[in-house]
Amino acid sequence: MDTLLSGAELLMRLDVVVALLIGSIGGVIIGAIPGVGPAVAIAILLPATFAFEPIVGLTMLLGIYGSSMYGGALPAVLINTPGTAVNALTTYDGYPMTQRGEARRALSIAYSASFCGGVFGILCLIFLSPVLAVVAPMFGSREIFLAALLGIILVILAHRGQVFAAGMLAMFGIFLQTVGLDAVTYTRRFTFDMTWLASGVNLIVVVLGLFALSQAFLLLVEKDSSPKAQPLDGSLTSGFKEVARHKRVTASSSGIGVLMGMIPGVGEFTAQFLSYTYAQKTSKTPEEFGKGAPEGLIASEASNNAVPAAAMIPLLALGIPGEALTAMMLSVFYVHNVIPGPALFQNQLDFVYALYIALLLLNVIVIVFLMVSTNLLTKIIRIPTRFLGVMILILSFVGVYSLRNSLTDCMIAAGFGVFGLILKRLNLPIVPIILGMVLGGIMEVKLRSAMARVKTPFDMIDRPIAFLLFLGILLVIGLHIRTVIKEHRAREEETDHDMHNTHMGQ
Amino acid sequence: MVRYKTFKALFQRNRRPGDIVFAWVFLAFALFLLWNLPTQTAAPSGGKFVAQPRFWPAVSLIGMAVFAVLHLVGSAVSERLYGRWREVLTWARSLEFAGWFIGYAVVVPYVGYLPSTVILALILLVRLGYGGRKTLGWGAVAAIAIVVLFKSFLQVKLPAGAVYEYLPDGLRQFMMIYL
Repeated sequence: MDTLLSGAELLMRLDVVVALLIGSIGGVIIGAIPGVGPAVAIAILLPATFAFEPIVGLTMLLGIYGSSMYGGALPAVLINTPGTAVNALTTYDGYPMTQRGEARRALSIAYSASFCGGVFGILCLIFLSPVLAVVAPMFGSREIFLAALLGIILVILAHRGQVFAAGMLAMFGIFLQTVGLDAVTYTRRFTFDMTWLASGVNLIVVVLGLFALSQAFLLLVEKDSSPKAQPLDGSLTSGFKEVARHKRVTASSSGIGVLMGMIPGVGEFTAQFLSYTYAQKTSKTPEEFGKGAPEGLIASEASNNAVPAAAMIPLLALGIPGEALTAMMLSVFYVHNVIPGPALFQNQLDFVYALYIALLLLNVIVIVFLMVSTNLLTKIIRIPTRFLGVMILILSFVGVYSLRNSLTDCMIAAGFGVFGLILKRLNLPIVPIILGMVLGGIMEVKLRSAMARVKTPFDMIDRPIAFLLFLGILLVIGLHIRTVIKEHRAREEETDHDMHNTHMGQ
Repeated sequence: MVRYKTFKALFQRNRRPGDIVFAWVFLAFALFLLWNLPTQTAAPSGGKFVAQPRFWPAVSLIGMAVFAVLHLVGSAVSERLYGRWREVLTWARSLEFAGWFIGYAVVVPYVGYLPSTVILALILLVRLGYGGRKTLGWGAVAAIAIVVLFKSFLQVKLPAGAVYEYLPDGLRQFMMIYL
């Protein structure tokens, strides 16, 4: 309790409160504009937050992370375009409701479910934190190496239908972080005798290129559009009653969100997909799903909002980011020399609690903000896409150039921007590159330091947690192979048909 | 024949035009890097195999090449999608905007952050077909707002423009620090 209070005390400063307000309200606006998204916003703001204290910078970034999905539900429901990628399933039931003239009801349910999911996630973590403080120190180099390896494997396998592409891009990410001077042996790796490669490829430059600049380029080369959204009348508070009526769906979806958030490499999309499927399978009216079922809306919104809090667990307790946004936040820690990991949970639990309380507060701020300003946000959705592209291009420059005023960084970022555009046009995943870079770095360092105690390969897994992680890796790979074989057998029976294969949604 | 069909079905994916071009280029890139592995990394004698500086580049590049081959096979056995070169052209069109971005980065230290940002916003908006005074006005306002937010309030590290030197005394100091 004392730690909780001293955590709250850390937040009672004007700069932290301002950061929280800017982060949470800015996050909603950014989430509501289709084509921007939290990754773009966090990437751009990242270098600016380096100048702040860790608590201020992280509160702002957490604000954007936690609130963008609230905003993302707005265009998903009103114009059938998810504001952020993780609101994709919200369109399934949200938009049909809008078409039926129930836009207000749909939004109200989406906001209420998001709030319940978000708060549930945070409460779980506040109660879990003392346990984590006990478990985290049991993670030595070997365990962290294995957890990062599990993370990489999960990232690759989570991209169903694109496993090969995710694999090659994750490996590319691991390769990128090896470029430059090796920190231990001081030998050059893939510098091709060029001085600008000697210092390596900066993660933030890559992030800005792949997420922000690529998005700007994409908006600039594609056709201009200006989505229209109708204004809404009436109060938005009635959704809480409907969410209360579907307690089971809300609780199970939030639970799935927390679980998926805690596992590195899985993230919001899988959480949303799993809870939607679960809600549909256990519903009394499964045929309504996809046609405007409130349960479907609750399932997707409650689960994706439960993820941000849970995703902080592997980040803070082990220093392992589970997805792209927490990977970016990790760099804020590093810049301030606060190394997330077991020691943070043991020695600075108040700091961890402060972050959780900030998350809790942001959910309250966001829900209040949305209740009064949804109509204003429907106007923001209408910004023409190419105009938005120009603004993202200008903003990306601040992000890249303010790092170290380097023209080379701008060129590298522009290169990754074009690369990101190609990936986005081909619908190939970008996240594996970023996680490959971050987790690859962790794996290299931890494996090297683990080697001091490892004489035979079996020494790697001779401790209980290491052994469990190893079993986890085997299990994940085994399950994936089983699913592939099952799907393949099912498909084999269907191979003989007259329809064009690409029309079958395989 | 049945076996061939089964093999095809295992690798077929939902793709977009241009996928195979990307698959070939990525594989060639992976193989080029792998080819350079012995010359671009060192493997000092002594020390454990996994602690060698060559270990992780080798692991990642072999992984990259293997996955790239599988990706290419997947692409090759799926039905051909038309419009791949039109797609490649779309990729190439983004190079123009990459050029604008780099040009902007070159100009900022000379012209200054505020003037170059407003000029770039206006040029790009005109280039993209926004001729209306209202849109251009909003573009200029947004550009100024970005400069004020980042340079004046957040005080991010950006160089003062060389042309600011020629401004009158009081204004010069202000422009150098805040805009």
